[in-house]
Amino acid sequence: MDVNTDLAMWSNQLIISAMIVYAVAMIFFAFDLFGGRELKTTQDKVAATAKVSTVRRTNRKTATTAVLDPPETEDDEAAPSTSSSTSRAKRRRGARIGTSLLVLAFLLHAAAVITRALSVMRVPWGNMMEYVLTATAITVLVYLTVNIKKDVRYLGTFVSGGVLLCLGLAITVFYTPAAKLIPALDSYWIAIHVPIAILSTALLYISAILAVFQILKSVHETKDPKWLRFMHRLPSSVDLERISYTIAAVGFITWTFTLIAGAIWAEVAWSRYWGWDSKEIWTFVVWVIYAAYLHARATRGWGPTKVAVLNLIGIAAVIFNFTVVNVYFNGLHSYSGLD
Amino acid sequence: MTERTKPSNGKKKSAEAKAAKAKSGAAKTNVTQPQLGFIGMCRWAWRQLTTMRVALILLLILALAAIPGSLLPQRIQDPGRVNTFLENNGAWGEFLDTIQMFDVYSSIWFSAIYLLLMISLIGCVIPRSAQHWKAMRSAPPKAPRRLGRMPGYVAFTSARDEDGSGDRAAADEAFLDTAQARLKKLGYRTSRHSDHIAAERGYLRETGNLVFHIALLVATLTMAIGSLFGYQGQRILVEGDTFTNSLVAYDSFEPGSYYDADNLPDFRLKLDSFTSTFDDRAAGNQFGQPRTFDAKVTATADGKSESHVLRVNEPVRVGSTGVYLTGNGYAPEITVRDAKGDIVQSGPQVFIPDGGDPGYTSEGVIKVPDAAGTQMGFVGVFLPTATQNEDGELVSSFAELRNPYLVMSGYTGDLGLDNGTPQSVYSLDAENMTEMTDASGNPLLIQLSEGDTQKLPNGGSVTFDGVKKYIAVDISQDPTQGLMLASAIFVLLGLGLSLFIPRRRMWVRIKDGAVEVAALARGEDPMVERAATDLAADLRDDDDDPDDAEGRDAPKSPTDSRGRSKR
Ligand code: HEM
Repeated sequence: MDVNTDLAMWSNQLIISAMIVYAVAMIFFAFDLFGGRELKTTQDKVAATAKVSTVRRTNRKTATTAVLDPPETEDDEAAPSTSSSTSRAKRRRGARIGTSLLVLAFLLHAAAVITRALSVMRVPWGNMMEYVLTATAITVLVYLTVNIKKDVRYLGTFVSGGVLLCLGLAITVFYTPAAKLIPALDSYWIAIHVPIAILSTALLYISAILAVFQILKSVHETKDPKWLRFMHRLPSSVDLERISYTIAAVGFITWTFTLIAGAIWAEVAWSRYWGWDSKEIWTFVVWVIYAAYLHARATRGWGPTKVAVLNLIGIAAVIFNFTVVNVYFNGLHSYSGLD
Repeated sequence: MTERTKPSNGKKKSAEAKAAKAKSGAAKTNVTQPQLGFIGMCRWAWRQLTTMRVALILLLILALAAIPGSLLPQRIQDPGRVNTFLENNGAWGEFLDTIQMFDVYSSIWFSAIYLLLMISLIGCVIPRSAQHWKAMRSAPPKAPRRLGRMPGYVAFTSARDEDGSGDRAAADEAFLDTAQARLKKLGYRTSRHSDHIAAERGYLRETGNLVFHIALLVATLTMAIGSLFGYQGQRILVEGDTFTNSLVAYDSFEPGSYYDADNLPDFRLKLDSFTSTFDDRAAGNQFGQPRTFDAKVTATADGKSESHVLRVNEPVRVGSTGVYLTGNGYAPEITVRDAKGDIVQSGPQVFIPDGGDPGYTSEGVIKVPDAAGTQMGFVGVFLPTATQNEDGELVSSFAELRNPYLVMSGYTGDLGLDNGTPQSVYSLDAENMTEMTDASGNPLLIQLSEGDTQKLPNGGSVTFDGVKKYIAVDISQDPTQGLMLASAIFVLLGLGLSLFIPRRRMWVRIKDGAVEVAALARGEDPMVERAATDLAADLRDDDDDPDDAEGRDAPKSPTDSRGRSKR
């Protein structure tokens, strides 16, 4: 029953430090996304290129649109690359600094997770605070990993912002002192079921931000209102949709796994694999919504924007499942660690 | 992403309108559209039901329909809370009950939704399976005339025989041989045509998709049927108690409709001891949280006894029966004597902890039907670690037995046990009883530390001898669990295949040395263009070095790495 309180305190300090760095990173990302004086000079060229490519894409059957896009090399930066490379480098300085800061913040954050785990010598997701702490770290990790394959730095503002918000909640509303596990959670299944749930949440969150961008971008492509000017530098809505979908598809598989692993654990703990406990209900609801999302994408008559809205309903259910269901609904899953 | 169900979604409006007309026509006068009779309508309904559009809508409705069960109390979980809700909400509650809002997951409407989905699923899986079976056994389709329209497309001129010294046709043939060999190596199924190779890969994608849908169907059926053949029972065991698996030994027993209770497997389970520990060091709200629950039990089956430690996440399995630790608490040992001094009640009495209280403040009753004179009853609260809080109230500040204390009131009169109406052993119906009073006429308060005895006004006494622990166990059997696990695994496998295996067609055509390489994705495939460019590059390399091209084991490294990455 010994808890290393020094380490636990270190962990709290590290969380605060990480939050400060996330905040600064967010500002740089926001500058990259919304600011930028060079925009005007390149914008016409960019717009022209974008139009050409959308026209080329839309005259093909919707059924195959998504798969007809150019491979990565041509993506994201394809249009702006027509402008001089020096102005581009300058313009993305915010993104580069933001990414470096994000890496730094992530290292602090990871250290916070590790010290917390070491302080109690167990997995760092035994209550809501720890869950948020670890889930946000995984979200940043997933984001940085995706970034290696594909330039998604335009998401940086919302990744660092979202993580910042969640960490803020974790050390205030959800704050729980370091302690050992309660018997109900003391099982190796906690090391299987929960991290996969965390990974799913991270993936689905990133997919959802992409879905928001996709919707905005398609408004930008069709109506081009002033307030969406900053969207010029984002990839086309078709590209955004595809990345969002791919990530959501992975997230759906991991969510399916979460559901199945949860059912197996439920059998071990509560003598039945499924009993419509409120947490089970919402996990099921989330799963069905994302199944509908995947179907909608393959169904005629469901345009990309409508499909993206389903994605957003999905993430809303995920968040509801984690917050409202954990805190306010009574059920067998009352492990929030809150009073 | 193509929709493989045939009915014309594009024309759905007119189809629906027609059917609507047909419906009213059939019902009334048969004037408007007599052609669409009952069979026609069924066919129309069937075709609609098996479209992806309808499946999608059903999925969304299913998600919505599952929600009320988390907002309202459900009988399968907590019938007590349902009753409280009904008492507090009058007509509104009754209305909700009429529409089965407290039995959502067995309600007619919920069942209807998932049954429709299942039917829809069957209707779509069968034809798709047939189609897929055919596709797997037939050759990849011939190249369309204009390959330039394909999403992946590269054209170049073959370097073979450029000087025109040899036979042009033979060179083209040789080129196609090389192309076919290479495609095969990349895992494509190929077929040779006069001027081109047709190739296809990724049949596993559709296979996976079908496996997923079928496994889903099996899982749903298993879930529906599983509850019919198993059972669930509960029992409370005080330290030293032995449970013998038979119907009478259960505190509650819920068999599935087809469960034969005569077949309860023969075994015994003895609770040797139970230890629980609670955190007395942690800070804040973690103080007093439970840390270990260990029940030492001895299971006896077929004449053999085995010792186990039963824990929350470690059920004890005796044959196909599982015993699960679901609760625990304290059973104070209380001796009651009547006016003559005879012992009329003795032994541990199960007190139920208040679920929300980390201090395990527990409530219980004692019924003494056989006392001389009149029956007696006691209602009380047990505090494992009694402490006075700031307001001077007695509370339990910790869950372990640090200062066990018992506070009770006593009643005399008719316990109501003899009139046959069943009663809970954990509650006392004091309607026909009078509360005991002390010398000054105030209600009698019985307050006992361990070892204390208190006299009762009627001459008897109550003694608090000690405390035992008890556990609550669920005992259950579900013969369909294995099948459920298997279908779950297939669901995952199928899903992985169907989402991540690219299905792709490729064609390589050569005419007088002019080569065309084209690729077409079937379903999500971000690599389709690269597939064409990579294959074209490889074929050009082979061109330059034709002797080395066929059947070599280790292609040149850059080519090889690209070739692999596409698998
Ligand atoms: C009438 C019932 C159904 C029909 C007609 C149907 C049809 C299909 C089809 C044709 C696909 C392949 C889409 C593609 O080409 O990518 C598909 C995929 C899928 N279906 Fe269904 N399905 C039905 C029911 C269900 C149900 C009940 C679920 C689960 C709740 C489900 C979950 C999925 C998932 C997760 C995929 C993978 C999505 C993808 O491959 O992109 N389906 N379904």
